[in-house]
Amino acid sequence: MISDKFLYTLFLADNALILGHRNSEWTGHGPNLEQDIAISNIALDLVGQARNLYQYAAEQYNNYRDELSGLITSPAFNQVQGPIDEDDLAYLRDVNEFRNNLLVEQPNGDWAKTILRQFLFSCYQQLLYERMKQSADLQLAAIAEKSLKEVLYHVRWSGEWVIRLGDGTEESKRRMQEAIASLWKFTGELFIAASFEKALASAPTAPAASTGAPGSPMETSLAGLVPAPESLKETWLEKVAGTFRLATLDMPANSWMQQGGKDCIHTEHLGFLLAEMQYLQRAYPGSEW
Amino acid sequence: MNTESVAVTPEEHFQDKVNREVKIEPRDWMPEKYRQTLIRQISQHAHSEIVGMLPEGNWITRAPSLRRKATLIAKVQDEAGHGLYLYSAAETLGISRAEMIDQLHSGKAKYSSIFNYPTLNWADIGAIGWLVDGAAIMNQVPLCRTSYGPYARAMVRICKEESFHQRQGFEILLTLSKGTEAQRRMCQDAINRWWWPSIMMFGPSDDASPHTAQSMKWKIKRISNDELRQKFVDVIAEQVKILGMTLPDEALAWNEARGHYDFGTINWEEFWNVISGNGPCNRERIAARIAAHEEGAWVREAASAFAEKQRQRSGGKDEKAVA
Ligand SMILES: [Fe+2]
Ligand SMILES: [Fe+2]
Repeated sequence: MISDKFLYTLFLADNALILGHRNSEWTGHGPNLEQDIAISNIALDLVGQARNLYQYAAEQYNNYRDELSGLITSPAFNQVQGPIDEDDLAYLRDVNEFRNNLLVEQPNGDWAKTILRQFLFSCYQQLLYERMKQSADLQLAAIAEKSLKEVLYHVRWSGEWVIRLGDGTEESKRRMQEAIASLWKFTGELFIAASFEKALASAPTAPAASTGAPGSPMETSLAGLVPAPESLKETWLEKVAGTFRLATLDMPANSWMQQGGKDCIHTEHLGFLLAEMQYLQRAYPGSEW
Repeated sequence: MNTESVAVTPEEHFQDKVNREVKIEPRDWMPEKYRQTLIRQISQHAHSEIVGMLPEGNWITRAPSLRRKATLIAKVQDEAGHGLYLYSAAETLGISRAEMIDQLHSGKAKYSSIFNYPTLNWADIGAIGWLVDGAAIMNQVPLCRTSYGPYARAMVRICKEESFHQRQGFEILLTLSKGTEAQRRMCQDAINRWWWPSIMMFGPSDDASPHTAQSMKWKIKRISNDELRQKFVDVIAEQVKILGMTLPDEALAWNEARGHYDFGTINWEEFWNVISGNGPCNRERIAARIAAHEEGAWVREAASAFAEKQRQRSGGKDEKAVA
């Protein structure tokens, strides 16, 4: 379905944007200059990924407007004349139209929480992109491949910090353990397929050169375009458990997992984030910036 | 060269090198006052880069497009990089980064007063790039030839990025100037508020500037405050026409005889007040720096505790932590 791929592209873009935005809140306030630069750099990578993905989503929307226009109902978005662009998707959708995971919208908290959020997400993103780069959808594959270099660095950087803080001082360990307690419940939904993921993932991904070329998605069978999220879970858990072991941190016992992000049911935090992020575009509609 | 036969004092030898445009390097003999002047100037410059991240960082989360958001993050990150180069350059003179940061927090060291003004609308980000980075470039290009080697080399790197910042800033204003009526108002409002503080960035007039003469002799400073200010006014008075905006100075007029723009009197009372702590944001800026530093303390402690454990585990052989 055209609409599944559109929603999936938005979901990927929203994850990148919201986490990038959160990280950018650190810019100017990091624990030292080097780490201020590092976290800003990750913010920049993620905003860059978001732009590529939103541009692709906008292209899909403009090509298949009839099929897709019902999916976004926010009044501000629907006032856009002519073709939409990346900014319309980022700035004019309402909070109940964002599909990012709950994990990435959680407030920064202290450095431990920020680091852990990055690590949990980047490990997931790495596994996802490693599979997605073989997708029959060549644009998604290209974006995944391009982003992977960055993501590998994010995994390494944040993983090293998890170890350093877990095995640093008593205080840093306590803070890491608290971060785990507050974020773990948001990791479950990463591996539970939303309806659009189910539809796209329901056949094994087969690299195919000719199908799914940009501009011809109608002729392509979309099944198997993206990895099934369940299939990433085990490797993710191993990676996280391995790092926690090195960090002398306890793995949380299986606990209740909060879901909703991919279906647009968010925590309270996202609304505030968007209110701040979107206000200029909303207050001065139809302006060039 | 045989120096034994010529009775030169270290001071004369030093001045001779300066006169011949030979760079002074960290291990070279230098007058104590030269060292102190440089520490004061370079650390002040480093602090300005770091404090300057705050007014602009304000707008990262509110930047009106993804492209603007990305370039603003990159810009503010560049400023952190400038701070790093400059702290490193100052460290070659025998002061640690920690000491310099303490001096910033205690108020002993100054930073550029311009950053004590608030960023109130999006156009301020454009105005800062165009005017504040612009004034900084005017000040800093001559510093690429300053007599102290590490400082001069840091400035070469920094100036390249600053001119990029200035172009981006101007481009933000240009876009606004071609936009809606509300956007044009934002643009003019930002120029009105940033113009005078930015020409104050060149410092007091030459006759009121205590350090100028000595710094010129040592070639730390190469062009006087007033000369640089005039150059800046001449450039900006032309560029503002491209924006179709005005500078908030009724006395601004081309003077054919001088070959320069005349401009009005600077409010030096405001200048000295902002420097001495009475600007609109002095307290917030320092409070934000102190908060970041204090909240980062446990992180820095954990990192060094971990590095120490690593050293012990490897029997002291492997100095490399997971940094
Ligand atoms: Fe700078
Ligand atoms: Fe700059």
